[in-house]
Amino acid sequence: MLQDKDRIFTNLYGQQSWRLEAARKRGDWDNTKALLDKGQDWIIEEMKKSGLRGRGGAGFPTGLKWSFMPKQSDGRPSYLVVNADEGEPGTCKDRDMMRHDPHKLVEGCLVAGFAMRAVAAYIYIRGEFYREAENLQGAIDEAYAAGLIGKNACGSGYDFDVFVHRGAGAYICGEETALIESLEGKKGQPRLKPPFPANMGVWGCPTTVNNVESIAVAPTILRRGGEWFAGIGRPNNTGTKVFCISGHVNKPCNVEEEMGIPLKELIEKHAGGVRGGWDNLLAIIPGGSSVPLLPKTICDDVLMDFDSLRAQRSGLGTAAVIVMDKSTDVVRAIARLSKFYKHESCGQCTPCREGTGWMWRVMERLVQGRAEKREIDMLLEVTTQVEGHTICALGDAAAWPIQGLIRHFRGEIERRIDAYHTGAPVLPAAAE
Amino acid sequence: MPTLTIDGIQVTVEPGTTVLQACELAGKEIPRFCYHERLTIAGNCRMCLVEQEKAPKPIASCAMPAADNMVIKTDTPLVKKAREGVMEFLLINHPLDCPICDQGGECDLQDQSMGYGKGASRYDENKRAVNDKYMGPLVATTMTRCIHCTRCVRFAQEVAGVPELGAIGRGEDMQITTYLEQAMTSELSGNVIDLCPVGALTSKPYAFTARSWELRKTETIDAMDAVGANIRVDVRGREVMRVLPRVNEDVNEEWLSDKSRFAYDGLRARRLDRPYVRKAGKLQEATWPEAFAAVAGAFKGLQGSQIAAIAGDLACAESMTALKDLMEKLGSPNLDCRQDGAKIDASTRAGYIFNSGIAGIEEADAILIVGSNPRREAALINARIRKRSLTGKVKIALIGNEQPVLTYKYDYLGAGAATLKDIAEGRHAFAEVLKTAQKPVLILGQGALARADGAAVLALAKQAADGLGLVKDGWNGFNMLHTAAARVGGLDLGFVPGQGGKDVTGILAAAQSGEIKAVYLLGADEIDMSKLGSAFVIYQGSHGDAGAKRADVILPGAAYVEKDATWVNTEGRVQLGRRAAAPPGDAREDWSIIRALSEPLGHKLPYDNLGMLRRRMLQLAPHFAAVDKLTPAAWGAFGTAGTVTDAPFVSAVADFYLTNPIARASATMAECSAIARGITQPKTGTHD
Amino acid sequence: MSGVHIAPPEQQPASFAFTAENLELAKQHIAKYPAGRQQSAVMPLLDIAQRQHDNWVPQAAIRYIAEMLGMATIRVLEVASFYTMYNLAPVGKHFVQVCTTTPCWLAGSDKVLSACKKHLGINPGETTPDGQFTVIEVECLGACVNAPMLQYGDDFYEDLTEESTGKVLEALKRGERPKPGPQSGRLSSEPLGGATTLTTFNPAGNAGGGDD
Repeated sequence: MLQDKDRIFTNLYGQQSWRLEAARKRGDWDNTKALLDKGQDWIIEEMKKSGLRGRGGAGFPTGLKWSFMPKQSDGRPSYLVVNADEGEPGTCKDRDMMRHDPHKLVEGCLVAGFAMRAVAAYIYIRGEFYREAENLQGAIDEAYAAGLIGKNACGSGYDFDVFVHRGAGAYICGEETALIESLEGKKGQPRLKPPFPANMGVWGCPTTVNNVESIAVAPTILRRGGEWFAGIGRPNNTGTKVFCISGHVNKPCNVEEEMGIPLKELIEKHAGGVRGGWDNLLAIIPGGSSVPLLPKTICDDVLMDFDSLRAQRSGLGTAAVIVMDKSTDVVRAIARLSKFYKHESCGQCTPCREGTGWMWRVMERLVQGRAEKREIDMLLEVTTQVEGHTICALGDAAAWPIQGLIRHFRGEIERRIDAYHTGAPVLPAAAE
Repeated sequence: MPTLTIDGIQVTVEPGTTVLQACELAGKEIPRFCYHERLTIAGNCRMCLVEQEKAPKPIASCAMPAADNMVIKTDTPLVKKAREGVMEFLLINHPLDCPICDQGGECDLQDQSMGYGKGASRYDENKRAVNDKYMGPLVATTMTRCIHCTRCVRFAQEVAGVPELGAIGRGEDMQITTYLEQAMTSELSGNVIDLCPVGALTSKPYAFTARSWELRKTETIDAMDAVGANIRVDVRGREVMRVLPRVNEDVNEEWLSDKSRFAYDGLRARRLDRPYVRKAGKLQEATWPEAFAAVAGAFKGLQGSQIAAIAGDLACAESMTALKDLMEKLGSPNLDCRQDGAKIDASTRAGYIFNSGIAGIEEADAILIVGSNPRREAALINARIRKRSLTGKVKIALIGNEQPVLTYKYDYLGAGAATLKDIAEGRHAFAEVLKTAQKPVLILGQGALARADGAAVLALAKQAADGLGLVKDGWNGFNMLHTAAARVGGLDLGFVPGQGGKDVTGILAAAQSGEIKAVYLLGADEIDMSKLGSAFVIYQGSHGDAGAKRADVILPGAAYVEKDATWVNTEGRVQLGRRAAAPPGDAREDWSIIRALSEPLGHKLPYDNLGMLRRRMLQLAPHFAAVDKLTPAAWGAFGTAGTVTDAPFVSAVADFYLTNPIARASATMAECSAIARGITQPKTGTHD
Repeated sequence: MSGVHIAPPEQQPASFAFTAENLELAKQHIAKYPAGRQQSAVMPLLDIAQRQHDNWVPQAAIRYIAEMLGMATIRVLEVASFYTMYNLAPVGKHFVQVCTTTPCWLAGSDKVLSACKKHLGINPGETTPDGQFTVIEVECLGACVNAPMLQYGDDFYEDLTEESTGKVLEALKRGERPKPGPQSGRLSSEPLGGATTLTTFNPAGNAGGGDD
């Protein structure tokens, strides 16, 4: 288990003040100038060494991503955009970082922005996080007042601005190019790639979009060294990670733990265990709503990191663990996610616009058993017609939960269909 | 230049080519809905997915730049499945109402579902129903059919430059609409009908009137303005059912203005379908011989100088040739094709045409618009200016009485001739812009010329052209913008005052004073009829407009789509129109009326058929042989230096929709005009 | 629920303008973006308009903002209708948004809705006849470990039960503003009953639940 001394988010729960003075005591903004003085190449090299993979869900190596930014400007400024549009169901980690530890993010913006030679950072925070945006803006104001950002940030000679941009209710803006569109004052519809943001991002300028957590951990990694971070977790799955544990556990919570912690240990140590005991577990969605669920047998010993979960045909995603005990109407639980994706589809491209609605409607019938068994395979095929055929990953995200459900709970779906056709009760006892 | 392999075929393409375009070069058909070569790439329909070797998933070929060594496959099971999948998604919420859909028979969705679909649907849920949207009198909507390709939205934003369409809402509830269902205001709005790949946006005037396969299609030339857009006229029986654009990259690309597309209902209204002779102050139906006899009677004993002829805006080259010859035989030098009184100098062709060509605008790096509102006068030329403007490679300025929204940015320099004079004399900052430009353009509108000091304004424009380097090797940026389809043809043929003859102003003055006793109006309706005094007026034309009201004899002619006729557009491009429909009743092709009339007048014209007449036209203007081409015109002297007044330049077109007798007879154009002028409050929609 | 719900013309005010204070605020937002990129401010400006105008954006404000930012009106409407936080028609004085996405549903969001029904007499998507309360179902609000939850104004009420939801609603009815956050007694997202981590590291001292 990770020790407190190796935890980065030391005010995750807001037990202490989020303000600058307290943040400084926690080690934030401690001689940031010295970090900058080591230069862009050193920063990127340390980040690469740390093995940090993007914490927004896709897990792309952060240092590598930063290195894509132009080292020489062609006249266009470069921008860092922070993705704080946290909206993946099950996920609420960035929220805590921003309301309780915002200076980590602001400092991270400076070092990351400096490393990629950006002139400013725009933090795109979901609109519903109003209080979080207030604290974040408060931290930014404090940082400006203290000379930590702005002109000659931290006395480094580097000028760097940080702005907050509030969203207004659109999950899709968590997709980096949709976020960029939204930041430009348009509908959040993902862009075609290429061109990629590092060449043509916000306002046509080179841009890197990073998750809040990826940026907020950067100053600590640089202070303690990439090797320290790389020493936590497993190869290719390094460092610490804030997990969100929700659903049928005794004590739902957020917690910063070591990457690769066994799922069962994570739940039992921090979340008070599954409601009714581990044996009462039905299934877990291990990485936010987009990833396929895992039945208990897999949950028994799976490790919580990118590669382990991928090997189980699921994913770490945002590390949002949604626990379902045996009382759960698992078909309805997934159908509700299908509704979510239908609601959040931007509508731009055909497979997602039409497919999410179709999948949701079939799922609603499957909840009731009001279907034919052959429709299970038809639904599965529809998911594959969406998956991989869309402009962005929302189509995949809508397809995977259903695929996971059919993979692991086909029997339950068939039972309902049989029950419906024979007039027997379809639904198990209600959840909760 | 990247070389890639497509289904085993190697193709080398220009940098910047997309995979879809490369596939076409390799002879591979790629289905598509959202992609359109004249619009930005949206990549949203996903119909054009192809397989790229080593790519984890199929790629949208419309959006992917072709790169060296790419290996693309368009005929694999993966591609087939992707297309079938997208097709199925497009159809699940598309109504199967093809039998009652106006797009039926010419529908991309219909065609591609035949070619790439699975033929059956597995969708058992309720289909989506979407409220229709009001978009004005031209575009009918059946929004349930919309497949959200956003071609219409992109057209309005990019080509028309009037961003009035959008997609509101999101996901499966996304809906295409104008802002609060207001009528579209672009003069190019009808093009969204052609662009819509399904039956969501269709022609409102054409709605439910015909099926595409029962129409006789004739390729001809538009005459609603001086652009000479290439059109196809679809006719059933003798009725024009609709007008569509044809592709001509040099003229209209593939667009058409709303007047050219929708004024055709004016072809059915107010038609002159038999001759009339005024008896006892009243126009009465007559036979052709009676009408000719009335003309002969009126001309009897008149000197040539007591007769005059004015050609209107819709006169074809053939009829003007015949009438010019007839006037010559009658001994009259009093003829003019400039019914607006524009002081155009017909002696130098380069002085009255759009020398750079319409496509030449796309090379211009500086444009000065003088006395013109191109958006109203020539909507497609305006679109071309906008297209150039979007590249950011051109500076545009305007002189005129108003600062209209032209869909592109320009500098407003001043109201009238004084500003032009400053430029011509090199005193104005914009003179320097023109001077340093590689391909400078001056667009001179009729509003600057149809005035007493027009000749002096023309001389100033000539001075500017000479002094600021508008005319140089391989480039002539002196561009006169005409508003009438007839005008350049008339000037080319010399339908202007002969030796000692009178121009329009002179003719009207002489008619008023009684000096001129008979005036032949060849479709001339835009003159002040009250100035014709007591002259005997012959009106030859197609519509009962201003000229017919004043006439003593009416000779019913054919409208522009009802005759084989030659048109010369503002560029000086000679184009052949073809007869798509028969003129109504006793109306005849115009040149043959004049030919027939020449006999009772005792001056039989020497051509018995169209071929002979056209040989005569070649004598008058040899460049008429170069059909469809631009014949460069030699630069020479024109204009008459003189004093200019302070009066601002006013555009020749006040109301885009009502510029000629056909448009004025069109109920559709009347409705558009009323909405544009804010007289009719268009119905607002349901907002739901 | 489908399509975009825009208030009918008879509910639309004829004109809209920012208050002097909000105009200043709008200018500050516009200034955050590079010159010529003022369109980026359309979202904050719509938010300001909605806050100024009883929690909904009238069409007059859409046109006003379009004018201010040099945007086509339809583009502003596109944005306003794309994002769910903009209300384009009037809503109740008290706007209650209940998350019902899977993590909240697992934790009992049905009970939160039934409390709304019980205490307010309305179903999701409805407004009380007196126009005081509107309840809607919303998608994941990002407080999943504090599920179930609802948003009222700018605040989250978390760790709800049927009973605590009722208490919150009754307090709102009385014109009070109950304390936001977890209604279960915990500070924020730590495990109920005490954090399992961060127990040995407390350099900034315990502020007793953060501040502000």
